[in-house]
Amino acid sequence: MIETTNITKKFDEHLAVADLNLQIPAGEVFGFLGPNGAGKTTTVRMLTSLIAPTSGTATVAGYRIGEEDQEIRRHVGILTETPGLYDRLSAERNLAIYARLYEVKAVEEQVEKYLRMLGLWERRQDAAGTFSKGMKQKLAIARSLLHEPRVLFLDEPTAGLDPEASRLVREFIQELRREGRTIFLTTHNLDEAERLCDRIAVINRHLLVVDTPSGLRRRLYDRQVVFHLGDEPARYVPLLEPLPGVRRVQAVDNKLVATIEEPEDQNPALIRTLVEAGAELQFVGELRHSLEDIYLELVK
Amino acid sequence: MDKIRTIISKEWAEVFKNRIVLFSVAFMPLIFIALPVITMATTGSFADVPEGEFSGAELGVEGLCEGLSEAACGQVYIINLYTLMFMILPVAIPVTIAAYSIVGEKAARSLEPLLATPVTTLELLTGKALAAIIPAVAATWLSYVIYVVAMWSLLTAEARNYLFDPLWLIAIFVVGPLLTLLSVSVAILISSRVSDPRVAEQLSMIVILPLIAGLIGQSMGLILIDQEVVLLVGLVVAVLDAVLVYVGVQAFQRETILTKWK
Repeated sequence: MIETTNITKKFDEHLAVADLNLQIPAGEVFGFLGPNGAGKTTTVRMLTSLIAPTSGTATVAGYRIGEEDQEIRRHVGILTETPGLYDRLSAERNLAIYARLYEVKAVEEQVEKYLRMLGLWERRQDAAGTFSKGMKQKLAIARSLLHEPRVLFLDEPTAGLDPEASRLVREFIQELRREGRTIFLTTHNLDEAERLCDRIAVINRHLLVVDTPSGLRRRLYDRQVVFHLGDEPARYVPLLEPLPGVRRVQAVDNKLVATIEEPEDQNPALIRTLVEAGAELQFVGELRHSLEDIYLELVK
Repeated sequence: MDKIRTIISKEWAEVFKNRIVLFSVAFMPLIFIALPVITMATTGSFADVPEGEFSGAELGVEGLCEGLSEAACGQVYIINLYTLMFMILPVAIPVTIAAYSIVGEKAARSLEPLLATPVTTLELLTGKALAAIIPAVAATWLSYVIYVVAMWSLLTAEARNYLFDPLWLIAIFVVGPLLTLLSVSVAILISSRVSDPRVAEQLSMIVILPLIAGLIGQSMGLILIDQEVVLLVGLVVAVLDAVLVYVGVQAFQRETILTKWK
């Protein structure tokens, strides 16, 4: 649904995005992470035909950027970094204007559908300028969906929203995912990226990595299992270290932290050894590195 | 065409909710009607002025008063002076609307989602230009009609015919709209290149200066704006309009507007 080949953008001498290669299939929620100035918004603007790449090629929804820009604009939806609504106009009027610009046939029906879907129907006559930040964001999301695009670009959809509004927006993104739309999501919220995205790309002008959230963990960190014990953990270290697949065992407080190649295969042997040695085993769990750890490791 | 209509209705819905813009559209025509009417009403029939005071030679517009009584000459002089102002009106009114049209959208951050729609640059600029031109021309024509009706009751029979001089009909109904297009094209062009709505508005006002110079020149008797002058101005402005519309579309660089303006 989205494919880029060595897409690059320079502003005069400043390199904003370099040799970006992405393949995003239909129906995927694709997270696009990176620090400020990493080229996220520039990439979104290139892929929505708002600005032209300096070099490289890309297709979005089957149309080539730079050659079929009008078609791309017809077939993608974009939520820009700021809602950019017409504050003096009503919510309904805001949407009706965009529905007409997007050549929607049944303008009133589509406007009503999305106002209801996003819980704004009762406030449809109110000026957008009177809305809270969360309501404005929802209205901007509705605007991006009026023409039923199969590809949706969401640039920081929950930035600046309170937790409740963020949750509503996230739930709506999940709903869009269930409808099978392809979603390109830029965010700084790593928890959000992990919860919503099938795959995540980390960019810092160059593409650093693309993988599933669990794939990213595996790439950067060995898998670790934590054994919570009711007795002294240090004495079990020599018992576990010689076992196959175990790379390292450390005693930390009342826990044993074991670095293991494949926990699914090797955990039963470790647990058996501990129990046979009389250990008071309380809990066993995988030590998960947060996406934040991974992200910071990648962009440092 | 639908998209142009949508942009026009959007612009009007936004602009006419702005009281300052609404005031500028309504206030200027009122002034332009009131000034000549008050002048004419207070100077009366020119019957009590000393002999020779309102002769064409005294006013520096000899050609204008040929075959007219001094009283009618004074009235025709006022018609000539003030009717010219109706050429300034459609130039001044739309500048605020047009100057705000691009840079205002950018300042409100509504330009990016608008440019992401399948609207072409020509459609966008046409919609924005017409949204500024239509109310300006309509307000000018309406105020001209009111002006003619009011002046009719104050003029002598001799001077009344001058209200319908082809010179003014061409000036108001042909050259006026052409000048409006000129001022709007300049305003949109400037609006596409600067990043502050106030700068756009102030720079766009430059278009009015030659017209004001003409008005002052005529009032001082330095020039006489007659039918030939108006037709020549119309021709020059029509050519300028065509050039400016082309340049305006070419100068509207989506990428520059989105990425370089802060």
